[in-house]
Amino acid sequence: MSGQPAALTHILYPYAPVLAQSDRAPHHHPVIVIGAGPVGLTLALDLAQKGTPALILDDSEGAGQGSRAICFSKRTLEIADRLGAGAAMRAKGVVWNVGRVFHGPSEIYSFNLLPEDGHRNPAFLNLQQPYVEKFLTDALRTAEAASHPVEIRGRNTVTALTQSDTHVTLTIDTPDGPYTATADYVIACDGARSPTRAMLDLGFEGRVFEDNFLIADVRMTAPFPTERWFWFDPPLSAAPRSALLHKQPDDIWRIDFQLGRDIDRAAELAPDRIRQRIDEFLPHSTAYDLVWTSIYTFQCRRMAAFRHNRVLFAGDAAHQVSPFGARGANSGIQDADNLAWKLDLVLKGHAPDALLDTYHAERAPAADENILASTRATDFLTPGSAVSKLFRNAVLSLARDHPFARPMVNSGRLSTPSTYDTSPLITPDALPGAPSRARPGSPCPDADLALPGAPGYLLDHLRGTFTLLALNTTAPPVPIPTLSLTDHQITDAFRTRFLGPEVRALYLIRPDQHIAARWPDASADTLTRALARAKGQTCP
Amino acid sequence: MPLNTQPNIPDPDDFYDALLGAHEGLDKDQSDALNARLILILANHIGDRDILRQALAAAR
Repeated sequence: MSGQPAALTHILYPYAPVLAQSDRAPHHHPVIVIGAGPVGLTLALDLAQKGTPALILDDSEGAGQGSRAICFSKRTLEIADRLGAGAAMRAKGVVWNVGRVFHGPSEIYSFNLLPEDGHRNPAFLNLQQPYVEKFLTDALRTAEAASHPVEIRGRNTVTALTQSDTHVTLTIDTPDGPYTATADYVIACDGARSPTRAMLDLGFEGRVFEDNFLIADVRMTAPFPTERWFWFDPPLSAAPRSALLHKQPDDIWRIDFQLGRDIDRAAELAPDRIRQRIDEFLPHSTAYDLVWTSIYTFQCRRMAAFRHNRVLFAGDAAHQVSPFGARGANSGIQDADNLAWKLDLVLKGHAPDALLDTYHAERAPAADENILASTRATDFLTPGSAVSKLFRNAVLSLARDHPFARPMVNSGRLSTPSTYDTSPLITPDALPGAPSRARPGSPCPDADLALPGAPGYLLDHLRGTFTLLALNTTAPPVPIPTLSLTDHQITDAFRTRFLGPEVRALYLIRPDQHIAARWPDASADTLTRALARAKGQTCP
Repeated sequence: MPLNTQPNIPDPDDFYDALLGAHEGLDKDQSDALNARLILILANHIGDRDILRQALAAAR
């Protein structure tokens, strides 16, 4: 029997018995997703909208407590827009652009994300993870109501998993006892402590950092601006090594204190102790409620391989980073974005199984990029040696008076999407004079459109299929959706992002909105070859 | 550009004196901190990553 369910912020998928539990023969599913966190929900929603059935199994009945991931990047919001959850996230979330870094009592550095014009989405949006899970589940219910094949089963805990060359067999525990199901593919999105990973006896490579961080979600109406404030060596009597203050919706503020290596966990989690820290941290006599607290440690590491035959790993189950930089949930959602269209094509017989190998080929370098950024930030925050602390403190002491030292101050480098430069699916750049940010492999930049009767943004037109973007050129007669624009319809943002000095361009864009190829123009034959390559049908 | 390892500082004895003078009255921790700040200031002035790479290798 499953254990008692944990306290939840939102009950989203209460347990309900299904026929499969009493049928003698196991039911078969093309895809079973383990875990209804942001990654699993994104993946299942994407698959369902493409018409590939997805079943999510989760051991709880909804979104857990606490803010957890709070900072969602533009790329995540673009993915959410494609799946129908972006508007709800924007409506609820808090947009911020300015970050300030303090050393002791003084500000030493500030940055402004300076969002570009011509994007629907801000650079970052703060929103508690339970809201993201709720909005994705809402979108999933909408898809379900429109007869898209998707289902979530709460309090369905996978307890055993075996695979053969043809399928995966899962044993699933429920309040009414266990049952068995089979799947063509299983995607483990079951988090940092992934039980699926343990069932396959798979491990991690990388570093464990031993510092402890106290998180508190605090409700208060405070006059602080909507900015990210970060302190090194904050001037507090209990001397935490760092502190973070960041705003979330509903008048909730996130406060993190870095407590050090050897701490008395139970003593630090005592509400009086936490209040004592916060009372001293906030301006005198600020009234607040303690909403949720936790102590966490973290790792910067990943699995050696994200694919193990018919079981694939995504999000924290596959790779873990420190929270500084908002690279956890954002990169996990990008994993789902990368994997969904590949699974869909393979299961429909439109691409070979080898296409799924490119999930690792593209997302492992992305994980390495995130781990590198995250490890560097962590080394700066928690210097592990005397010399690393010496230089860290030298940078901090120089930063106030000397601008050169400020870019070295590292309180986390914020998440940016990866460009799949080394991917076998990408056709080499045939328009190198055009802007580098739209080179093959990159996530397609957004840009505003000047179309009469169809205002909006470019990404609105990239709806999860291969799409052609033809700028001042004629698309060859290949049956895929095409957006053709000529000079008077091309906005400045569009020109800057896609043409630069070039007069015309033809872009082939993948279902996950990454650019697969670009040319000044292309024959039907050239385009067909690039398309085959992007689907893993031909070897480069 | 190769790292210049030929004599390049006019009046080297006087510079050496100034370098030690900067540490006068500092304890070990303060001296270490000064050295770290000095390295960062000089490295930024050089800027050229290739020169810095050669300097790190030469020092090691």
